[in-house]
Amino acid sequence: MSSGPVLPGRDDDPDRLYTITRGRSRSPENAFDLVTLIVAEREPAPGMQSEHVRILRMCEAPTAVVEVAAELALPVSVVKILLGDLLETGAITARHPRFAPNKARLPDLDTLKQVLHGLQRL
Amino acid sequence: MASNGSDLAPATGRTPLQATADNALKIVVVGGFGAGKTTLVGSVSEIRPLNTEEVMTKAGEGIDPAGAWGKRSTTVAFDFGRITLSASQVLYLFGAPGQERFWFLWDRLFSGALGAVVLVDTRRLEDSWYAIDRLEHHGTPFIVARNNFGEPGHTLDQVREALDLPAEVPLVDCDARDRESSKRVLIELVRHLAALAEAQAPARAEVERVRVEDDPASAEPEAPVTPEYEESTP
Repeated sequence: MSSGPVLPGRDDDPDRLYTITRGRSRSPENAFDLVTLIVAEREPAPGMQSEHVRILRMCEAPTAVVEVAAELALPVSVVKILLGDLLETGAITARHPRFAPNKARLPDLDTLKQVLHGLQRL
Repeated sequence: MASNGSDLAPATGRTPLQATADNALKIVVVGGFGAGKTTLVGSVSEIRPLNTEEVMTKAGEGIDPAGAWGKRSTTVAFDFGRITLSASQVLYLFGAPGQERFWFLWDRLFSGALGAVVLVDTRRLEDSWYAIDRLEHHGTPFIVARNNFGEPGHTLDQVREALDLPAEVPLVDCDARDRESSKRVLIELVRHLAALAEAQAPARAEVERVRVEDDPASAEPEAPVTPEYEESTP
């Protein structure tokens, strides 16, 4: 339980982060990329942790992990822990980036052409 | 309840992605302080650039379980923006700090990135040396963009020389404040990536072909293929 007033906006108070993650500090490292798109699969349930509720509302449309972190004003690692909880219970699904770089770290030509077309249309 | 969340402002003015969005890509914009990373990201992004942070240990292996959220971890902040490319694809642009002490963040951000843009400010070229070195080491393909604030002091050739930039790495001028200009930088990067990928594809096809042919003499002589970038060995 955090004691005292909670500062508005982002703060890096370790106690606050500890509370939100209920003491966990290790995020499921490989479960989410920064740009994994999160989609809520159900409505928030009564009694849910407020951060979980906000994530579910926010992710009614696909939302990248990094956007969730920015909106919640929480470090990415903390958000990954929270997302891990929701994934475990099936409350969210994750759309992982399909691009896996090859040995030369190059994307395939089809992907690049799609990106190029997308940029040219801007 | 773990926290009451009363300190959290409601999400306002968010532009949600299309429901069909299912594949996100990353491009990283790196540069020294004040080089214009955030400006460039902001000029092409469909959302107001957002800022977030990551808490990591120096070891770069996630959060230290012993140190938890305490003194041993470092917080690094970075900006990002977003471009919807198609019904399914979305591109995220990350503005990454170029300072040396953030190297452990870079490798994370870069993992899975299509490529990178190094944004240089000619008044502080030395800020870019480390970024370029790091990208080469990591094997992330990149281009360099000189953010030109109407300062005609140096030609691009001089910049290339000062950066000790290999001839095959594109170097372009840009105005990070200008949407069209920033867009051209990204297009330049993607074209560079396509050229690299194309240069590799025929080489692979050739190898396949040679392998299936019985008579090696009939195979065309092949130019040795040297990888553009070395795999990093952490």
